[in-house]
Amino acid sequence: MAKTHVTTTVNGDAMEFLCEPGDTLLQALRNELGLTGTKEGCGSGDCGACSVTVNGRLVCSCLVLGVEAEGAEIGTVEGIGDSDKLHVIQEKFLEHAALQCGICTPGLIVSAKALLEENPDPTEEEARYYLAGNLCRCTGYDKILRAVMDAAETMRGDV
Amino acid sequence: MSEAQDYRYIGQRTIRPDGYDKVTGRANYGADLTLPGMIWGKILRSPYAHANIRSIDSSRAEAHPDVLAVVTHQDFPDGGSRGSNQSMNVLADKKVLYHGHAVAAVAAHTEAAAEAALELIDIDYEPLTPVMDLKTAMAQNAPLLHDTMFTSGLAQDPTTPSNIASRMELKKGDIEKGFSEADVIIERNFQTPTVHQGYIEPHATTVRYDEDGQSMIWCSTQGHFDVRGSTASLLNIEHSNLKVVASEIGGGFGGKTTIYLEPVALMLSKKTGRPVKMVMNREEVFKASGPASASRSKIRIGATKDGTITAMEAHLAYEAGAFAGSPIGPGCMTVFTPYDVENQYVEGFDVVVNKPKVAAYRAPGAPQSEFACEMVINELADELGIDPIELRLKNAAREGTQTMYGPKLKAVGLVECLEAARNSAQYKEALAENQGRGIAAGFWFNIGGVSSVSINMNPDGTGTIVEGSPDIGGSRASMQMMAAEGVGLPIESFKPLVADTENAAHSDTTGGSRTTFATGMAVVEAAQDVVRQMKERAAAVWNVTPDQVDWKDGVAINTVGEDKLTAAQISAQAGRTGGMITGRGNISARGAGPSFAVHMADVEVDRETGKVDVIRYTAIQDAGKAIHPGYVEGQYQGGAAQGIGWALNEEYIYNEDGLLENPGFLDYRVPLASDLPMIDTVIVEVPNSFHPFGVRGVGETGIVPPLAAVGTAVSNAIDIRMTELPLSPPRVLKAIRDA
Repeated sequence: MAKTHVTTTVNGDAMEFLCEPGDTLLQALRNELGLTGTKEGCGSGDCGACSVTVNGRLVCSCLVLGVEAEGAEIGTVEGIGDSDKLHVIQEKFLEHAALQCGICTPGLIVSAKALLEENPDPTEEEARYYLAGNLCRCTGYDKILRAVMDAAETMRGDV
Repeated sequence: MSEAQDYRYIGQRTIRPDGYDKVTGRANYGADLTLPGMIWGKILRSPYAHANIRSIDSSRAEAHPDVLAVVTHQDFPDGGSRGSNQSMNVLADKKVLYHGHAVAAVAAHTEAAAEAALELIDIDYEPLTPVMDLKTAMAQNAPLLHDTMFTSGLAQDPTTPSNIASRMELKKGDIEKGFSEADVIIERNFQTPTVHQGYIEPHATTVRYDEDGQSMIWCSTQGHFDVRGSTASLLNIEHSNLKVVASEIGGGFGGKTTIYLEPVALMLSKKTGRPVKMVMNREEVFKASGPASASRSKIRIGATKDGTITAMEAHLAYEAGAFAGSPIGPGCMTVFTPYDVENQYVEGFDVVVNKPKVAAYRAPGAPQSEFACEMVINELADELGIDPIELRLKNAAREGTQTMYGPKLKAVGLVECLEAARNSAQYKEALAENQGRGIAAGFWFNIGGVSSVSINMNPDGTGTIVEGSPDIGGSRASMQMMAAEGVGLPIESFKPLVADTENAAHSDTTGGSRTTFATGMAVVEAAQDVVRQMKERAAAVWNVTPDQVDWKDGVAINTVGEDKLTAAQISAQAGRTGGMITGRGNISARGAGPSFAVHMADVEVDRETGKVDVIRYTAIQDAGKAIHPGYVEGQYQGGAAQGIGWALNEEYIYNEDGLLENPGFLDYRVPLASDLPMIDTVIVEVPNSFHPFGVRGVGETGIVPPLAAVGTAVSNAIDIRMTELPLSPPRVLKAIRDA
């Protein structure tokens, strides 16, 4: 079967790749574009380790086909923060020790950023439900929530 | 070392040195390595829980143009450990013993092609009756998994094979006398389910076999030296010909202390002459990596009216999965250790069933047995009308307590943890309707073991810490801080590096809560070695003896003159004073201090649905000395969350044919962010005298208390003694309706 040629934008950069019709966006990102920051934890949309944005919308890239990236704007963890400065969410994750093994961290940071873009002033409960699609098995979520709430406060300029 | 000692660097909440890579997606985990010319391997797994393999015909697969190689058990080389339990777990030999058991593997150009080719392998199975629980497995005339397995540890050698691999017992005092002294005796039976560690990163490896016999394995593991050892012995390779590189590891909790894919990938690589990558999917992880034992237990505890416990008795049976080797030993050894009680007895059975071979899971064996004990202790407190914390304080293990399994305890922090629980904010909170509170203690030994560290001092006076312990939860930060403390240079001066098996000497697996303790001790020793050499070099420059040189805050001071030399100055001229400076710490650490914990859970039960919400939680534990308090708290919180999941929702669900029905995160529900409250922590610090900074391991104990803390809280909320986990909505609802 012939592969499909896909033209897309990833983290603001124009990119092209070839993929099988059945390949997921996650597979395309990792195997075709070498963007391995997006992780696979389940392949069934249950763990959120593969969270990315497609045209600004938060999705599990394991549930999106690679060909659906055609003409779309994809955002991955590699696009968060600048080369000389971390995004405030990334900084807060480090300050609060909000990661242990770190495998869920890229997905959580992508999701937390989407949360704070939608809702700059979430309650803890709102944040917990928004991030409920991102499994973390190491931390018990306490420090992750603290990092996200602290980042929200900083981004609002309350401090 | 005393608690009062001031440390310059230890105890700070620093930014972990590997943090930037992990928040930006740069860190490379098991599935992240691609090599030129790489192909993919996939594993064909058993559709049966228990079956004989009559034949395997891979000719159709091998003839397919996409397929580059097929391997089965018969491909394990002569001279290796073919026929061992490990080899038969990695690739089944004459029998499949669980749903998902690996039978054959295929290599193809793409993952999808390899997956598709699995269907071309023809296997003739003879299905057998599956043995899915302890009761069935232990019954007379039960179908046998292994007809050559005879129970060890019996008074008389058995003449017939059995599913019971071994029996053990431990005792101290006189158990009958103890019960005869009791005014109150409580006896209960408990059950816990098969649960999985649930690390988010599936097992993954990329390997390369080279024509000259040199091999490389890149994989996600808690112990790359053990991967080398096991794979080398399975495949009859010399250690020096096999390099294992530990990738970053996306969680393990004990489940990544063994091998599954690595030897298979290497055999495929040898057959094809190509690098091979293999990655499990989530279903494979649940079906075929090592979960934790399901258990049955009977606990009997007697006490006098004043709350003095006079006797404690336990009978435990643990599922090992398909091959012998559950953690029944530690289950028996830990069950009563929180209690300084003269008369104790425990009997344990290791039993095979048609489920995947269990692997270690955080304090392996302890959560199951201590759950049962702590549930009875709480019932006893109610029966006696004594506060559960007071009852524990009255009987708490402390320095000098004789354990049932051997040693007398050194200074331990259980009493301090109990007092912290009594003083906690949560303990003062009132409970509302349908709410309940549970308290439980937990004990885990912790281990020491072999760690090898070198600190290479660079010409600018910074140092690279070369260690062999995979960093699973932030241990690099601890190593950095301990090196800084030891040499007297700022934390940022040290860069920790987890080296591969060729660049560091053997270090034991990251497990047993050993890394910050034992590898930390090796770092301290290496730091002292750096200081010793720095002083020697300074002495040579000044033409004095090394003992005439003081070392303070990273500076050599001539005590018989005015001279000073900084670490950077000494390092810069090291090439002219005898060569570069490397500090070495190759140790076999003894004296891992045990860590006690006390947890408190408040829950609310929805009587309409049986759903349980944890509304407040406090985790208290003795760290000895917290090197990085943030990551110590993280261990407490993470252990608590896993224990809460074990108590409330997690379980393997098998159908009547022994097939796993919930091999995914949708149906095997680990706690989500929306399922948990903030988890309060208290770090108790009773120093471990064996460690230069007083460190105890902290990683594992925290999963022990939650099962009974939550179990008791639910029981109290609905006023029904619950005895079987998980306390999932159907079970709780049924209990409420049946009451």
